[in-house]
Amino acid sequence: MTSVAHAKHDAHGDAHHAPMSFWQKYIFSTDHKIIGIQFLFVSLFFLLVGGLLAMQIRWQLGFPGQPMPGGGILPETMAPGGVILPEYYIQLVTMHGTFMVFFAIMPLLVGVYANFLIPLKLGAHDMAFPRINMWSFWLALLAGLIMLSGFFMPDGAPRCGWTMYVPCSARPDLSGVTTAQKLWSISIVVLGLSSVMGSVNYITTVINHRAPGMTWFRMPLSVWALFITAILGVLALPVLQGAAIMLLFDQSIGTHFFDPGAGGQPLLWQHLFWFFGHPEVYILILPAMGMVSDIIANGSRKPIFGYHSMVFAIIGIAFLGWIVWGHHMFMSGMNPTLGSTFMVSTLLIAVPSAVKVFNWLGTMWRGQLHFHVPMLNAIGFVSMFTIGGLSGIFMAATPVDIPIHDTQFIVAHIHYVLFGGSLFALFAAITFWYPKMFGRMMNEPLGKVHFWLTLITYNMTFFPMHIIGMGGQMRRIYDPTIYDFLKPQQYLNVFISYSAFALFAVQFLFAFNFLWSLKFGKKAPLNPWNDNGLEWSLPNPAPHGNWAPATPNVYRGPYEYSSPEATDTDFLPQTRKLPTDRDPVPATLSGGH
Amino acid sequence: MATTATIDAMRPPVPAEPGSGVYSKKLGMWVFLASDVMFFTALIGSYIVLRFGMTDTWAKPGAVLNVPLTGINTFLLICSSVAMVKAYAAIADGKKYFLRKVPGQTLQDGGLKFWLLITILCGAAFVGVQVVEYIKLVGHGFTPSGYREGSLLAEHALADPIRYGAGVGGMYGSTFFTMTGFHGFHVTCGVISMLYLYFTKVLPEKYSAQDYAGIEVIGLYWHFVDLVWIILFTIVYLV
Repeated sequence: MTSVAHAKHDAHGDAHHAPMSFWQKYIFSTDHKIIGIQFLFVSLFFLLVGGLLAMQIRWQLGFPGQPMPGGGILPETMAPGGVILPEYYIQLVTMHGTFMVFFAIMPLLVGVYANFLIPLKLGAHDMAFPRINMWSFWLALLAGLIMLSGFFMPDGAPRCGWTMYVPCSARPDLSGVTTAQKLWSISIVVLGLSSVMGSVNYITTVINHRAPGMTWFRMPLSVWALFITAILGVLALPVLQGAAIMLLFDQSIGTHFFDPGAGGQPLLWQHLFWFFGHPEVYILILPAMGMVSDIIANGSRKPIFGYHSMVFAIIGIAFLGWIVWGHHMFMSGMNPTLGSTFMVSTLLIAVPSAVKVFNWLGTMWRGQLHFHVPMLNAIGFVSMFTIGGLSGIFMAATPVDIPIHDTQFIVAHIHYVLFGGSLFALFAAITFWYPKMFGRMMNEPLGKVHFWLTLITYNMTFFPMHIIGMGGQMRRIYDPTIYDFLKPQQYLNVFISYSAFALFAVQFLFAFNFLWSLKFGKKAPLNPWNDNGLEWSLPNPAPHGNWAPATPNVYRGPYEYSSPEATDTDFLPQTRKLPTDRDPVPATLSGGH
Repeated sequence: MATTATIDAMRPPVPAEPGSGVYSKKLGMWVFLASDVMFFTALIGSYIVLRFGMTDTWAKPGAVLNVPLTGINTFLLICSSVAMVKAYAAIADGKKYFLRKVPGQTLQDGGLKFWLLITILCGAAFVGVQVVEYIKLVGHGFTPSGYREGSLLAEHALADPIRYGAGVGGMYGSTFFTMTGFHGFHVTCGVISMLYLYFTKVLPEKYSAQDYAGIEVIGLYWHFVDLVWIILFTIVYLV
């Protein structure tokens, strides 16, 4: 009864389309597409910050004790004469992880593409709550600035690693940092708020704002993945918020949650952090998997192989992601029986992950492969993610994890899934939806050069990390050359550092391509990739309000490539009505739901 | 017509609006409450782990905290939840007024304006009592970092370490103030939101029997906050 009584509320989300000032249109915008683009620019900035920090880490590991080129601009407390101090080095490691995970990859995947794609791919006019969406962006930016301000505090940025393990992070006498440690906690609480606001929006929009005919199993896999990711976000981020608040209170008002001297439990922080942290891992990869599924089907001109199994694999990964957090803590002294339980549940995740990899291969098998830039990057994603996934299975097994725990092998693994996985998927996604965002195409040859150079330098950077990790190089050491047993493999550290500098340099090709194409890119045709998605039935860039006041009808699933039903083209857009198609029947006739 | 009939037989019909049947604001609030459940779970779960992990015994219920006072406060919060239900029922029947005489009855009939005001007053009173409780506790020496040295409670704890949980004071203070503090923060947010609705929507009579989504949505939040308090009252004050 109430649903009928309030039916008019859902029309509330439809924007009215009076002309708007610059501020309304681009700064305090409630348009999901503009918010997505705002997220894109901000998180690309933080990606650059994280990259600059990584370069300094690599300088120190490759050439310890030597003055860093350009390091002279850093203050005496960080790098006197350009030589990185140990205190500054641990800040670099901490903030590189923090920025990349929380302010680069997560907003790039979720902030940008959940905002941009969900309404466009579902035929909605905007998000369910456009104003909350705007707040979500501004809070994320605020959180990022709070985090960045740590570098400008007198005693520098936080130092205890991106996982902020206690007691180091809770006690200034151990970390040597007072203000910035608190700023870290505050920033995470604000970011959590932003994330929850965003996720509430995504979930509500997916459930309630689909166009007529867009049934659950006609949704593109990108939307499925973003939907499940939003559920993870809604349930995981508050746990981190709670933990960060307890940490903040320990740091500022004298509580004892993590202080063993007063009965507090340092291990509790690890449990809370990883109870959030492992679902977070899937927040960072599921959207990438979803978008890559769309792009691979498009580039192969074939329906995605095993659509339903793909959906259930996403759900399976998301569910299993909740019961595996202990595998980050095998070495924390937990009960070995509990360790075995976490080992088994972790190994189980390989099953749905493998389902996805084989389905991507099955999609490409005997397809009409079009190696456009998004497709190349998507294939890069599949191959690099597979390597990262396989090394993940190594670590899931407790006997293997014990020797490689806290070594560079772990660093190699995380970068294979987060850079080789998420970031390649993002290169694909940015190139693929660039025309939808800005109305122009990115340069194709430059994109291809960027892809191949990235793939090569990326593997040169991260693959040897497996080897030096097996050789025993610890994860966050300041100077590998002071250990005799690490000296024979120092040449690999030098090699990795040169490769990393090359990898960083290559990214400027992408940045140049991105910025140059904003103004000088080729004007995009209506449907540049011959894609089936709903978003390509709109002009490029799509107008404010999308289809408003009309709503598109959806006649089929998103992967009807090379369909025998279409005689003129090799694709069948979801909105195209064939003579054999019926219009979706109104809800009142379809009975209850 | 004949062709259409054939086509109908070929393709199964698809519902036009495959939504949940719950309007978006309400659905959004439910999803938000799910995330809030996880937030309180983190705090309450940590409390359980920390309390059972202590080697010393926990303070006896009622030794430090004023249970009767908080009992009355709990009653106030439950009353405000009842008033919220009455407010919801009133506007669902289209009663926008404050009070109205009913022929043949001594008590007047309350409308939305009356019952929402009662909800706000009870909620604000709850926060007020909690603030007084905090001031008194801190005055007696119960702080987030434990029993303050030289305070009344520190002396009590020295005299009767079992009853006052002398060894657990630090953890007791940490968990008590964090959990009840964040609950109080939620109540405050609720009161502020309801005041906002009261002045922008309720007094100008913008809600009607056809449109009272705001009341239903804030009501969901309010009942959730009430429920959390019943759990907190039980595990923090009574056991």
